[in-house]
Amino acid sequence: MVAVLISLALLLPLAGFVGLLAFGKRVPEPWPGVVATATVAVAFVLALIAAVDVFSGTAVPETVTWFDWLPALGVQASFLWDPLSVLMTLVVTGVGALIHAYSIGYMHGDERYGRFFAYLNLFIFSMLMLVLGSNFAVMFVGWELVGLSSYLLISFWFEKPTAAAAGKKAFVVNRVGDVGFLVALMLIFNAFGTFGFHAVFENAPATLGTGMATAITLMLMLGAAGKSAQLPLHVWLPDAMEGPTPVSALIHAATMVTAGVYMVARTGALFQLAPISAGVVATVGAVTALFAATIALAQFDIKRVLAYSTISQLGYMFMAVGAAAHVAGIFHLMTHAFFKALLFLGAGSVIHGVAGEQDMRKMGGLGRAMPWTLGTMTVAWLAISGIPPFAGFWSKDEILASVFGRGGPWVILWAVGLLTALLTAFYMTRMMWMTFGGTPRWDDGVHPHESPWTMVGPLTALGGLALVGGLVNTPWKPALEHFLHPAFEGVGLAELPGGATPWVLAFVSVAAGIVGIAAATRRYRGTMHVEDSGAWKLLNRGYYVDDAYAAAFAGGGGAAATWAAESFDGGGIDGAVNGIARLTGKVSGWLRPLQTGLVRSYAVAVMIGTVGLLAWFLTRGGF
Amino acid sequence: MTVTPGWYMALAAVLFVIGAAGVLLRRNALVMFMSVELMLNAVNLTFVAAGRQLNLLDGQVSVLFVMVVAAAEVVVGLAIIVTVFRRRATASVDELAELKG
Repeated sequence: MVAVLISLALLLPLAGFVGLLAFGKRVPEPWPGVVATATVAVAFVLALIAAVDVFSGTAVPETVTWFDWLPALGVQASFLWDPLSVLMTLVVTGVGALIHAYSIGYMHGDERYGRFFAYLNLFIFSMLMLVLGSNFAVMFVGWELVGLSSYLLISFWFEKPTAAAAGKKAFVVNRVGDVGFLVALMLIFNAFGTFGFHAVFENAPATLGTGMATAITLMLMLGAAGKSAQLPLHVWLPDAMEGPTPVSALIHAATMVTAGVYMVARTGALFQLAPISAGVVATVGAVTALFAATIALAQFDIKRVLAYSTISQLGYMFMAVGAAAHVAGIFHLMTHAFFKALLFLGAGSVIHGVAGEQDMRKMGGLGRAMPWTLGTMTVAWLAISGIPPFAGFWSKDEILASVFGRGGPWVILWAVGLLTALLTAFYMTRMMWMTFGGTPRWDDGVHPHESPWTMVGPLTALGGLALVGGLVNTPWKPALEHFLHPAFEGVGLAELPGGATPWVLAFVSVAAGIVGIAAATRRYRGTMHVEDSGAWKLLNRGYYVDDAYAAAFAGGGGAAATWAAESFDGGGIDGAVNGIARLTGKVSGWLRPLQTGLVRSYAVAVMIGTVGLLAWFLTRGGF
Repeated sequence: MTVTPGWYMALAAVLFVIGAAGVLLRRNALVMFMSVELMLNAVNLTFVAAGRQLNLLDGQVSVLFVMVVAAAEVVVGLAIIVTVFRRRATASVDELAELKG
């Protein structure tokens, strides 16, 4: 039963992709969108039905095998249906279906309307493969396929050179991480002789020494950092905003970028054996969270604010899974999927309303024209700022409390997380005021208007989720914790501190959020501030990381290529070829006078030759 | 005074040198051609003389071959010379130096 259901859930989006790729051009708008949305929505319903037994706690993790994929390595195309993959599947298909529905309106009039939905369906299929795979090999295929669909969708408007470049950048940076993942896979296969999750995690404590475990997990971490845009591989995500906004919401906020978090949580049993790697994960997460939050303070492009915010929130999740608070990390992954998808879709609605403008300096005063967008985004804003009872508060607070509960040096990470929470509230409030509050600054001829119901509908649904989604795991009723626990069997999960500490911590983090909101309101309400101090510029340019990479890698690579093209190829290869030709020419030049063109001189030569030969035969030849 | 093979050889040598000198020194293609014939026949003479001296037919057979080949060569060579003469109005080989290096 479960096998049929999740096989169908996987195959429906794939069928949608194939069908839309073949016929998407011939089917008139909006039917490609409707079909694509239907496949994902049905997949969601099927997953929900398959999950019933898992929810009730009566099901054991089930493995669904399709076929022997690589018999030589004992690798099967098989999928795992355990609480973790159930949750991920529901988030992916649920949020995915809403964003598909939103895209029906958003992509209205695009010349490659059918193609867009084909790619979206491909993404859903790939993401499901990633989260459902029951071994590293299947996971890796999904991992690469989401990278491909991300590339296709970022550069969907490839006529724009910036979009084409952004797609390429995302792909290349992701490859850097993928190398790490691939190396980890090889090490794992070398150590265990299998890719199966169950076998690997079961035997890990007995098989792996600390050194090997650290090597494997650090390589996994590199892969996760690439996919989830953590330092130092975060540079692709802000540029990925060149893609259509639903893509930013679906892939670059809610689902794909969280694959790294999912992977670290999934391999928690390995990270448990390598405390150093876990520490690295948490530290990278905390530093990234703070780093990206500071950059978000100084962005004017509404989508770039959200992009850096996403990087920052992913940092939170890394901090959680690094601290072995896997449930908190996955919880934040889920709530973040709700409120960040909502923020992106809201931003898309705003952009739609002001004729494609993304610069917040040319917005302002949109609240009156777009009440639904304002209302739903307000929910998301409060959620990400960590104000109870919105979804973000519960998950963020659980992360901070878990990290604090580890004690020792982890308290530093907690402090970084707290500071990030304050900054998060600040930049989100700044964004809200610049977009919806104050005086209108939009260009002449722009008439802001509310988006069609196909867009507002998903906004409202996500708004509901962002409002109540956090209640699945409250301190009084940690339902998610109970639900996910079987998936982390054998992994020592971080405990929340006991006594009154969680209450104090919650109070402090809410206070941080309120301080951030208040400070930003003071500064950005009414008039707009445009700073141009040196420090501000540093933040606006993202600490010049892009420029440094461009100088180091593009510059260094360019210099190497120039050397290879001019010195090595031009001087070496061409030099050798031309040199031989020149030498031949020169020698020929010397020999040319021999060819006098006078038949008689040739005859003389023949004569002399003959006489010479004869003389040789007579004297030496032994006649 | 008997005519020994040595005399034939000497005559052949003289004829060959005359022919060779003609090829090397004359400019007219036709005359060079005749000189070549002279050289060939000088060689023929040595073959015949040697064949007779050694009482072998091989010498005469070789001569027949040389004569046949020479006839064929004359046909081709004369055709070339006539064509060149028609086009260039000269038979001087020194003026035919287009392939000079």
